[in-house]
Amino acid sequence: MAQAAIELIGINKSFGAVRANRDIALEIPRGTIHGIIGENGAGKSTLMSILYGFYQADSGEIRVNGKPTHIKTPNDAIAAGIGMVHQHFMLVENFSVLENIILGAEGEALLKNSISKARSELRRLEQEYGLEVDPDALIEELPVGLQQRVEILKALYRGAEILILDEPTGVLTPAEADHLFRILQQLKEQGKTVVLITHKLREIMAITDNVSVMRQGTMVATRKTSETTVEELAELMVGRRVLLRVEKDEAKPGAVKLAIKNLTVKDSRGVTMVDDVSFDIRAGEIVGIAGVAGNGQSELMEAVSGIRKAVSGTVMLDGTPIDLTGQADPGELRDRGLAHVPEDRHHVGLVLAFDESENSILGYHDKPQYLKGPFLNLDAIQKDAQEKIEKYDIRPANPRLKTANFSGGNQQKIVLAREIEQDPGVLIVGQPTRGVDVGAIEFIHKRLIAMRDQGKAVLLVSVELDEIRSLSDRILVMFAGRVVGERGPETSEGELGLLMAGVEHKEAAE
Amino acid sequence: MSTPYAKLPAWADYGLIPLINLLVAFVVAGLVVLLVGENPLRAAVILVEGAFGSGQGLAYTLFYATNFIFTGLAVAVAFHCGLFNIGGEGQAYIAGLGIAIIVLAFDSTLPWWVVFPMAIIASALFGALWALIPAYLQAKRGSHIVITTIMFNFIAASVMVYMLVNVLKPAGSMAPQTRQFLEGGQLPKLGWLLAEFGLKVRPSAPLNISFLLALVMAFLVWVLIWRTRLGYEIRTYGFSSKAARYAGISETRIIIVTMLISGALAGMMALNPIMGDQHNVPLDFVSGAGFVGIAVALMGRSHPAGIVPAAILFGMLYQGGAELAFEMPNISRDMIVIIQGLVILFAGALENMFRPTIQGIFASFSPRSVGISATKGERA
Repeated sequence: MAQAAIELIGINKSFGAVRANRDIALEIPRGTIHGIIGENGAGKSTLMSILYGFYQADSGEIRVNGKPTHIKTPNDAIAAGIGMVHQHFMLVENFSVLENIILGAEGEALLKNSISKARSELRRLEQEYGLEVDPDALIEELPVGLQQRVEILKALYRGAEILILDEPTGVLTPAEADHLFRILQQLKEQGKTVVLITHKLREIMAITDNVSVMRQGTMVATRKTSETTVEELAELMVGRRVLLRVEKDEAKPGAVKLAIKNLTVKDSRGVTMVDDVSFDIRAGEIVGIAGVAGNGQSELMEAVSGIRKAVSGTVMLDGTPIDLTGQADPGELRDRGLAHVPEDRHHVGLVLAFDESENSILGYHDKPQYLKGPFLNLDAIQKDAQEKIEKYDIRPANPRLKTANFSGGNQQKIVLAREIEQDPGVLIVGQPTRGVDVGAIEFIHKRLIAMRDQGKAVLLVSVELDEIRSLSDRILVMFAGRVVGERGPETSEGELGLLMAGVEHKEAAE
Repeated sequence: MSTPYAKLPAWADYGLIPLINLLVAFVVAGLVVLLVGENPLRAAVILVEGAFGSGQGLAYTLFYATNFIFTGLAVAVAFHCGLFNIGGEGQAYIAGLGIAIIVLAFDSTLPWWVVFPMAIIASALFGALWALIPAYLQAKRGSHIVITTIMFNFIAASVMVYMLVNVLKPAGSMAPQTRQFLEGGQLPKLGWLLAEFGLKVRPSAPLNISFLLALVMAFLVWVLIWRTRLGYEIRTYGFSSKAARYAGISETRIIIVTMLISGALAGMMALNPIMGDQHNVPLDFVSGAGFVGIAVALMGRSHPAGIVPAAILFGMLYQGGAELAFEMPNISRDMIVIIQGLVILFAGALENMFRPTIQGIFASFSPRSVGISATKGERA
């Protein structure tokens, strides 16, 4: 076997008494694609941050190409030939591709020479790895997939031999993800080493040579990808058997609960984000909206739930119109039985600085059962929160704890408990399992199916295609603000992927 | 990945950190004293003794503190809504006009205990109205409240000069101030209260009944912020305007209501010097209390239980500082201002300077106390 590109020996890292990494040993052979999977908080990011010099390990050794290396800053990592593509791109939006690539590696005070040098170097990288991108295009004008390519080029320009990618496909369409995988394959053939951090088991199976599983700060297993299965990896991640498929009966759609007609919504810059969208949701069904992030799903949800003004169109809730073009009031819609679990639970759905119990009434704080005249009825609020905590198994079971101290999954349960327990007729859910651990995902999915089975109308927006396919009774695909197709849940991922990428209906059907 | 720094236990948050900031402020102030050739320890003793050493000193300290409690509460209420009300100075100054109208009309006919409630309402009303315009501009037009409230301080100052010189000044008087208030416009002193504890207080000491009003308001602010629906909405908007929108809280309404309350609290500050001490409305009676309120609110972490001691601390600096300037000829009034400035700098502006270190220490000693284990240990 080839010499290891990276060897981690006995890495320990604690934040206080929390041991984020415990005695991690990992060997990544040169010229391979190595997957690292684990739930949120398993310690993947910490480990990679240590490797890239954001944190320093409390103890342990890093060897790069067999040589013990001290990595104290990202610069040390770059010098050792390690490059990183972050989950959230570190690009200057209004700079060109070329300017972004030389940023931090300008070399001299005048840019003229370094730019022409970078230009020829970029051409070479393009040819070698098939990474075409217009060097003079502005970042903000590039689609996300190309922006990611710029990040990869940035790392290669700095001489990276080892490339770490942190959740690289979260923002990509399936087609873009495939393209990325082809690039990674090519990098591997050229002898580069790729470390892929993800929580998507399918990607691991599709592209990696080896896979390491982390759980609660420890490295629980490393497998050859060809010798393992999705089921085994999931079990290793969670530490118990997980139901990957959602079990549900046939939907029994009833009357139309929410009817959306010709809805058009603009964002704060005046760009049309939702363009003449019409669809119905019936009682007892889940309608899923698939699409790559940023194609108008967020604005659609905000408009329907009264947070954002619509430009034109009508929305009927139980046959009565919602005033969308005026100052629609989310509070009034709640009273009419429309509940909303927003995409951004950190800033919209929750106030992280509040106690759990305070968040459990957000939006319903004007309901008489929580009030005594102008005063909050703290006893009733606590009791109510305690009940929801028990019913939704929210941990830690302490309604007085600051919401920021709950894990992502438990925070999401706080929001869901609040919205579902008010017994709404229509539930709008955005990204219900983003940043949520596998165990909680199972729970959340079951709750949504239960809502459906009780005859509620559920509108589900998610960028996770698997989630859309396993939960929805009907799937609408949004692209560039329009609904470009409606499909059944049995539709193949490939077909949905093409629709999500904006390929015309007819082509997609072929 | 959770952050390495997490929440501190409340006692460290509200007690330890302000204390450390204060100590550092005094160490640096001590160096300044050393620089002008005086003994910093002796200066500290004079400062503290001047403020707390005698009944008379204590009465003055609490008199100043009364001003700062009102303005500190005003800033704090706005803070909870994410608004920075720098206009306490102007709101208090204009409130003097409201008090003047009431007192000049009724002080000859009604007793103080009838005039006082009317004056409270007038001061709150005028202070609130002066905050209303910036609040409206912020809520409706997006004009930044920091800028508008500062501007309104200048407008208030000019309006009051005009009113005092051209309207309220008794004919023939040389001083730009109202006539002296009669008995109905004079608040009872609280010297007797200190005398109960065996302290000697001269009748001239300005501590008066508005100190008790300040304490009542501190309690009411606590009730408002943490126990009422309105307070819940104010805090929600203050932490996240998006969450407030989501929760159906009207942005316009909450900004305007909060600023009205804030302005009213700042306005009540005017009662203390006008009806409690001077017994007329002079020029510049606010003399910076509106700005000290910002430091008091910062230091008190916008909590009434922190604001009252912070206000007393600044009262001590004012009163003890005056003694210090008197006792140590090398230390001028300006030096005192420097020391006060250092306290504001360390306790207010640099409030977070030592926080990461302290959090780091806490995290390594007892992680449970900073709540890290709760996030990591228990998963769904």
